[in-house]
Amino acid sequence: MSMTAKQTNHRLSKAVTSIEPSGIRKFFELASTMEDCISLGVGEPDFVTPWSVREACMTSLEQGYTAYTANAGLLELRMAISDYMEDAFDVTYRPEEEIIVTVGASEAIDLAVRATVDPGDEVLVVTPSFVSYSPLITLAGATPVPVLTDSSTNFKLTAERLEEAITERSRAIILSFPNNPTGAVMTKAELEVVAHVIQKHDLLVFSDEIYAELSYDEPHTAFSSIKDMKDRTILINGFSKAFAMTGWRLGFVCAPNDITEAMLKIHQYSLMCAPTQAQHGALEALRSGGDEVKKMVESYYSRRNYIVNSLNEIGLSCHMPGGSFYAFPSIEATGMDDQTFAEKLLLEEKVAVVPGSVFGEGGEGHVRCSYATGMKQLQTAVERIERFVKRHTKTNPPS
Amino acid sequence: MSKEQETRLLRILEQNGRIDTEVLAKMLDEDEETVIQTIKRLEDEHVILSYAAVINWNKVEQESQVAAMIDVKVTPQRGVGFDEVANRIQRFPEVSALYLMSGTYDLSVMVEGQTMEGVARFVSDKLSTLDAVLSTTTHFRLKKYKHDGIVFGEDEKDRRMVVSP
Ligand SMILES: Cc1ncc(COP(=O)(O)O)c(C=O)c1O
Repeated sequence: MSMTAKQTNHRLSKAVTSIEPSGIRKFFELASTMEDCISLGVGEPDFVTPWSVREACMTSLEQGYTAYTANAGLLELRMAISDYMEDAFDVTYRPEEEIIVTVGASEAIDLAVRATVDPGDEVLVVTPSFVSYSPLITLAGATPVPVLTDSSTNFKLTAERLEEAITERSRAIILSFPNNPTGAVMTKAELEVVAHVIQKHDLLVFSDEIYAELSYDEPHTAFSSIKDMKDRTILINGFSKAFAMTGWRLGFVCAPNDITEAMLKIHQYSLMCAPTQAQHGALEALRSGGDEVKKMVESYYSRRNYIVNSLNEIGLSCHMPGGSFYAFPSIEATGMDDQTFAEKLLLEEKVAVVPGSVFGEGGEGHVRCSYATGMKQLQTAVERIERFVKRHTKTNPPS
Repeated sequence: MSKEQETRLLRILEQNGRIDTEVLAKMLDEDEETVIQTIKRLEDEHVILSYAAVINWNKVEQESQVAAMIDVKVTPQRGVGFDEVANRIQRFPEVSALYLMSGTYDLSVMVEGQTMEGVARFVSDKLSTLDAVLSTTTHFRLKKYKHDGIVFGEDEKDRRMVVSP
């Protein structure tokens, strides 16, 4: 017998009972039973990890590197991360004190929250955004407070919206650009405006920059590179998206030393260290993966253009997302809500997309289409979506 | 179209010479007419030379083919270096590719033919008898694993879950 969240199961903690399982799971279950389904629902690269990285990992196994590493990760890897952050984003972090290698950005987000917030605190979450932020905040006893972004600003965060959401209990904000699911990117100038508000209200910043490499129209700005922000920023990044290493479970977090020390306490007791083999692979990724990353970025770039132009042509209006690998069209033209749209599209045309409302407030009325899928499949998906939209639109779609 | 965009266009065509110009235009975020004109110009300028398919002939039973790589040492000629002899060699229809190499030999000649004897005859009758050719070493190709960046064999499976965060 399964328990729904509404019934109280006294064996479970109040905290865990208060959060819902991810809405994505329902779609996964539905989609995985369908044959010939084209999935635009995948939140990971369609590339396999570059060969040199896989090879380095195998070599490390052959050489017997199978023991724990330092809690914070191999020093050599932290040094490589430090160099990478400096070269790529112009921010300096000391490998010995300011960097922790984590089990994915996922763990880094959890560490950041748990190390800094107390019950009763409010943590602002820019939405729509990645599904794990709010539940992790709730598990830490704090309250997630959404700060909405919408299509009128191409899903960028504005100072006004931020000001409106801040209260006396606001303690921190989770920023996530380039964004999953909206693809939004913020320029340096736009971040500076937000930084001003953050400074004024003395907030901590958890900046999830896992898609930093996947910024197509302008170079990514690390939040900590903005004047006066470094000391209040916990910068989260990882290998999953840029290097196509999702299954390796490897990320990292950079922060001022008092905070990394606190995070390291949690990390050392709950995880001990990130997987050793993955760390050896990651080291190679930083040493030699640059060209492969470039190739992958180039390939996402043209696929982004293709899907966004196609969706707009079909009548699903969609801003040109500056980063990540998601298009986030409005499905208003069909008059359906996003859950219905996604379900019907899956059942009628066998195309899986993710309903926007899964990503929190502001996501409703939109669906997330991942374009990390081969061009052939994308083309077929576009044909099927077009057929679907035509069938379900009463008035003609705008041309 | 900017130079950068032009390079993008060429990269895409190199992967798929049969791509629809409409799709290509969307991928480049350019209008279709610009794309058509640019392709035409690149063809006129011989930047794009031809559109070829990459075929796994092993799957076409009656079409057996042999291929060989021949290392050729030659005497370069005054004034023209290797170009003159290269020019002679490349005209033979059996020659599918020809490169000037650094290292222990000078020209690398790729030869394709119906039979091993045919290739051997080409080497002994046509190639080694050229005045400038000093020596040849012939290597027959046994199996194609990868060609022009394309791996011959089964596709890598998509091992991802159908929906994920
Ligand atoms: C915005 C964002 N942050 C973090 C993650 C998790 O990344 P990792 O694989 O490093 O845990 C994802 C994965 O989908 C993501 O989209």
